[in-house]
Amino acid sequence: MGANASMARRISPFLLAIIMITLVLSLASIYQGIDAYTKDDSLSGNLFLTMGITTLIISTYLWFQTRKRMLRLIIPIQPINTTVECQKCGFKNVREFKSGDYVFKQTEDQCPKCNEKTMTIGSIFREVKEKEKAREAGYS
Amino acid sequence: MMLIIQQVAQGLLGSDSVLSWILQIVFLGIFVVFMFYGQRIQMYIMIREVEGSLFKLRAMRDEGRKIAIAAINEIGKPQVDPTAQVDRFLDYFALTPVDLDPAGIIWRLEHLLDVADKRFKDDIKLMAPQADETQTNNLEMTLEVALVLNEIYKVIRHLYLLGKKTLSLYIIMQVQMILPLIMKEAEAHSSALKAFQLGQPIGDGAGALVAAKLMRNYEKTKVEKDIVVAKVPIEGRTAYILKAEGPGANVGKPGEALKQIIEQNEGKISLAIVIDAAGKLEGEKTGEVAEGLGVAIGGEVDKYKVEETALKYKVPVNAIAIKEDIGDAISPMRKEIFDAVDGVIERIKRLIRERTREGDFVIIAGIGNSIGIGQ
Repeated sequence: MGANASMARRISPFLLAIIMITLVLSLASIYQGIDAYTKDDSLSGNLFLTMGITTLIISTYLWFQTRKRMLRLIIPIQPINTTVECQKCGFKNVREFKSGDYVFKQTEDQCPKCNEKTMTIGSIFREVKEKEKAREAGYS
Repeated sequence: MMLIIQQVAQGLLGSDSVLSWILQIVFLGIFVVFMFYGQRIQMYIMIREVEGSLFKLRAMRDEGRKIAIAAINEIGKPQVDPTAQVDRFLDYFALTPVDLDPAGIIWRLEHLLDVADKRFKDDIKLMAPQADETQTNNLEMTLEVALVLNEIYKVIRHLYLLGKKTLSLYIIMQVQMILPLIMKEAEAHSSALKAFQLGQPIGDGAGALVAAKLMRNYEKTKVEKDIVVAKVPIEGRTAYILKAEGPGANVGKPGEALKQIIEQNEGKISLAIVIDAAGKLEGEKTGEVAEGLGVAIGGEVDKYKVEETALKYKVPVNAIAIKEDIGDAISPMRKEIFDAVDGVIERIKRLIRERTREGDFVIIAGIGNSIGIGQ
């Protein structure tokens, strides 16, 4: 399901303004820190650089958080597979799920191996990617 | 030109400039603000977090409603636009029976559930007159999922607005703390919508799938409400295997069916095995199988009936659980769950060999939603 796109794009202008102001302030602070260092005022330099870098990290983090929230709104469609088996020769075929499929349904399909109309749906399932399984486990 | 720019920059941004003072005041101001309004700022951050999730819940609710309406239009071919009826359905509620005097509450609850089920089916027949029985069951489940999504959205919206109105940290904190679990459930319901609309088997149907595999190619009879039973020889014993009738979305009344089978056999049942999907703990693998004792049925009414009858006739009830989380239970069946079914059948056979003698009668009940699972 694709979640509502207009909602996905919605980021508060107020939050954006705060991020921008913090970013400008942090850059100005870093400039001042460097300037203070060039004038041999290491005390002010340390203070301004610490403030500047900290604020820069915070504003970047805030920016990435808003991006992350946008990305999370999209729920991917999971592919579902159907396994069709021949009851006579045991031939198996995995294909995409089709509307009307159900487990143990006798299909009208002909077996490509023995040419008999004895194909039955053996299973319908979704496969989860290894990456997702590892995330689920939480530890290894 | 470069010199002028450098001088202006020096004047504006130099360490002894006006901006330097402004910056120091701003940072001091931030420090003071955080000292006095830290908690309030934290609350606003929490409110924003809840708000973000609320948008997502609203999107899921709207999507659910859209899918339900589209499914009704596609399958049921109604003469009139079903939107108003769907909206009415989404606000449907059922009140639980009085529990101040708990005597007889199970029967009152059963009556209420029967009435609700009949009402749902009647409403769907009105909305989708051309749907057959399987499609009606699938539509019912689709609408029920949309109803759950609507309910979740409304409750979270209520708590969000209440927290915002009262500016109570504790109300907002409570919602924010349980939000990850609620979102997980909502996302699971959201992915279940398509599964119900298309009639795909879901994780909850693991028990029904085990029974379906065991009763395949044997004669089946329909017993108590939407339950099918087959008499199957297993390991020299006779097994009554039961499951909800598929492939439509159905859970039936397995408790009543089990009770009837035990009574018809005058209690001469050596063993009853109930197989169902069960919630897994974090760290456990999906599709893991565990054995235990007791009635592994989610519905309280059915569980009560089996417990009562088993006690009356002293029938031992064993349970086999197929582990999965809530997300897997209501979304399309995972391969791991499908693969676990053969292992469960082996366990059933071992249990029968170990706990009963040849010629005995046993009951094997596959519990769960039979959507997408024939027999």
